[in-house]
Amino acid sequence: METEKIGRERKVSEVSREQRDERQKDDGAPSGDGLTLGMKIRDLSAFYGSFKAVTDVSIDVQANKVTALIGPSGCGKSTFIRCLNRMHEVIPGARAEGHVMLGEQDIYAKTSDPVIIRRRVGMVFQKPNPFSKSIYETVAWGARINGYRGDMDELVERSLKRAALWEEVKDRLKESGHGISGGQQQRLCIARTLAVEPEVILMDEPASALDPVSTQKIEDTMDQLKQSYTVVIVTHNMQQAARISDYTGFFYIENMGDPGRLWEFDETEKMFSNPERKETEDYVTGRFG
Amino acid sequence: MSQSSTKAERQEGGPGGPDFKAAMATRYGLDRAFTVLVTVAALVGVAVLVVLLVDVIQDGSGMLSLEFLTSFPSQVFPENGGIYPALIGSLWLLGLTGLISVPLGLGAAVYLEEYAEDTRINRIIEINISNLAGVPSVIYGLLGLGIFVELLAPVTGGGSVLTGALTLSLLILPVIIVATREALRAIPGSIREGGYALGATRWEVIWSHLLPMALPGALTGIILALSRAIGEAAPILVVGVSLYQTYATAGPFDGYMALPTQIYDWISRPQQIFQDSAAAGIVVAMTVLLLANSFAIWLRNRYQQRS
Repeated sequence: METEKIGRERKVSEVSREQRDERQKDDGAPSGDGLTLGMKIRDLSAFYGSFKAVTDVSIDVQANKVTALIGPSGCGKSTFIRCLNRMHEVIPGARAEGHVMLGEQDIYAKTSDPVIIRRRVGMVFQKPNPFSKSIYETVAWGARINGYRGDMDELVERSLKRAALWEEVKDRLKESGHGISGGQQQRLCIARTLAVEPEVILMDEPASALDPVSTQKIEDTMDQLKQSYTVVIVTHNMQQAARISDYTGFFYIENMGDPGRLWEFDETEKMFSNPERKETEDYVTGRFG
Repeated sequence: MSQSSTKAERQEGGPGGPDFKAAMATRYGLDRAFTVLVTVAALVGVAVLVVLLVDVIQDGSGMLSLEFLTSFPSQVFPENGGIYPALIGSLWLLGLTGLISVPLGLGAAVYLEEYAEDTRINRIIEINISNLAGVPSVIYGLLGLGIFVELLAPVTGGGSVLTGALTLSLLILPVIIVATREALRAIPGSIREGGYALGATRWEVIWSHLLPMALPGALTGIILALSRAIGEAAPILVVGVSLYQTYATAGPFDGYMALPTQIYDWISRPQQIFQDSAAAGIVVAMTVLLLANSFAIWLRNRYQQRS
């Protein structure tokens, strides 16, 4: 309990990567709070109607790490990541088969409630989608509907700080979330996700619609987030995957019309320096895709 | 004119080479002609309204007074008569119709847009609603007569103002539903996904995000629909509006008079004094309409600013 509390309350921005690595060696445990869970995905397939978009994916997503998913367009990365918080089934006709273990719980078990799962496994989308509400309300809304009992002002401030947006918006919290730049909107969406205190954060190409400066800010944010959360990110940007992730999964479709598969999955360093499979190497070295 | 033609000639030899004929004079000419055309089109509507208003205000000015608003109509002393019971009756109709049709219309639209799956039954419902918008209003009157006046008489009190409002609600429901559905459809799906991804239920997303965002569009439909409702004479004539009564409507089960039927009654009488009363009645009806619309537009703008 003691370390857990420290992990949660420590000002994340004050801790540099080196310090963290030091501490990890000391404790032999991840630096975030002990509650953070990983995900074990087994034989996950996703369908749109009768079309199978992703087939038989099995991965262990490590707690307090960033897992990146890369691969050519249309190979099922986004579909796959949407299966991890049961957002896939929101699309009419879409469904998923297989098992996704969040800690001890299979989120596809009959007893699992998708509404609760989505609170625990948050999601940031490709295009910023702030609500038509004030900045403050956009962050507070999710917490409020989930029955947050604490100090809302404090939660909003903390969430915006963690998303590295507080300084830019603290004087205009009552203004519309649509009035800020695209990069700020995306960080607002991250703040809104953090405010419901999820355990895992899924990011579906969060920086693809943003300029390099905003992208940089979001990458910095992510680096801090993994202390308290497990992060899974889909990205088209190989440098980004190499920079920010600890593990990388490569999705690939061999023949047109086949479902997407997880072609290779390993530590990021290995995936980018010495992958097992030729297609992975071709992709990460930019020979296709 | 000569200036513009030399400009056109110069342009023809300009970028693009000999294969392009810029013909700027013709194109700018068409541009100007079209501007005149659309301006005239816009002015026709306004002009008709102004002429109508000036005409009725002139005719009705002799009768228009505070007394006209607060007196009962009179056949014996028509110059002292007024429009009070019809005005009150129309306000009752307006209020009750709004209370009935707005929640029903919004509800039906939310169901069709957010809940209904693409099944055969739902498609039949959709087609029906679109068709209902085009049914003549007197047919709704006959429907109201069958259902609300006769079948549901114990509930509605027969030919009461509630029956009138229920009938008018049926008439305008399709318009409200269609407008609200359009407004809901215009909201990007990413807003819904953003809500769900925070652990919201469907109802929470609808209530907190979709309805507030759809409200300006829905209100436009509601304004149009309610304006139409209080202007209708045919359906309420069928379901039992009074052409004369000695009391003003005081509750939903009372009888009622209404502005359009009162105007119709006066205008069908040959004496000049009744014609003037009718004109004054039209001014009152249009003022009520204008006030109601202004309120709705104010409400709409307030919501638009917030979002």
